[in-house]
Amino acid sequence: MSSAHDIEALKGKFGDAVTGTIEFRGEQTICVSLSSLHEVLAHAKNELGYDFLLDVASLDHFGEDPRFEMVYELTTLDDSKHLRVKSKVAEDEKVPSATDLWLGADWHEREVYDMMGIGFTDHPNLKRILMWEGYPFHPLRKDFPLAGRPSEMPDVAFSGVAPLAGGPFVTAPGSADVAKREPRSRAMD
Amino acid sequence: MARLGWQSLGFPSGACENFHKRLETGAGDGIFAPFPMVTDNNSTAHAAYDSKIEGNVIVTRVDAAMNWMRKNSMWPMPMGLACCAIEMMASACSRFDLSRFGMEVMRFSPRQADVMIVSGTVTYKMALAVKRVWDQMPEPKWCIAMGACASSGGMYRSYAVLQGIDQLIPVDVYISGCPPRPEALIAGLMKLQDQVAKEPALANQKKEFFEELSS
Repeated sequence: MSSAHDIEALKGKFGDAVTGTIEFRGEQTICVSLSSLHEVLAHAKNELGYDFLLDVASLDHFGEDPRFEMVYELTTLDDSKHLRVKSKVAEDEKVPSATDLWLGADWHEREVYDMMGIGFTDHPNLKRILMWEGYPFHPLRKDFPLAGRPSEMPDVAFSGVAPLAGGPFVTAPGSADVAKREPRSRAMD
Repeated sequence: MARLGWQSLGFPSGACENFHKRLETGAGDGIFAPFPMVTDNNSTAHAAYDSKIEGNVIVTRVDAAMNWMRKNSMWPMPMGLACCAIEMMASACSRFDLSRFGMEVMRFSPRQADVMIVSGTVTYKMALAVKRVWDQMPEPKWCIAMGACASSGGMYRSYAVLQGIDQLIPVDVYISGCPPRPEALIAGLMKLQDQVAKEPALANQKKEFFEELSS
């Protein structure tokens, strides 16, 4: 069974819960509603043989509603097929944890929680993994500036703003080509 | 006879006038030291005053003697945080051999270290740990910011990285490079030795005592 067949099987089983499918250069993606996300993942693992969770990622569609999107990359241990499962998440919604299916989801979901601020239910140890406990922001959100924001936790940690204007590796708006908009080095005068 | 340059050891030139005279006249046995040594027993000594002892005494300042001892046995605290640490390790190994200059005793306990080499990217999460290790080092202590990241944040202009360790602890020597060559680190440590040689060591050490006296 290829992943294209699996998508048809999932469509047949979950019906309206499947909000869309995408095929791009042989990569199969299925979009499902959040309420049936955990069932779809469990079915993919137990019935369709996707026994390996490669990665859990999240997207921030800033300005859209629902704002966030979860992305699960599934594969089989013999690498014979690959399936991507996506699900939209609103800002006030929580995602059911996949740690009961794949233990490896633990740290991935902690990273999503830390960087994007998406909550999970039934996660065994949902705390920040890269930034420190008490850091007030979620840095990978679109409305968070790359330069950072100042924060202060006495005796624990602090953060400041990095000077970005005019520096290297900083994109300037405009229609010039990328090499001009994002120079490796920029004259500092 | 090995000839040491007294200037390079940090002794003021006036202190060794007798010694230089001795060298010019060819007197003495060729062994010399900055501190009193046993005199030649075969010489005819005056009952009250041994004139030969002059040749075995060097007059100097306490500052110069203290600095001379400090700068020739700098014990680094290797704060290795990123790729610069690899170059730091290389500079301590046989090819570059930091020990030629008296700085090879890497101490992984801050309580035994003299100079902290901050080599690598200091993230905000690590920043207070670096500061804490620095606070645990006994005075006198010095700090070297090795490489672009430790000096200024380097290419990491982002929310996660401290933009230069000098925002937290005082830095004596900055070393440029990404990462710097081991030779650059050795040059930086030798620059630090030059700086240590010029410090008012005694005044710094007794600073609080002098302040108490004057108040």
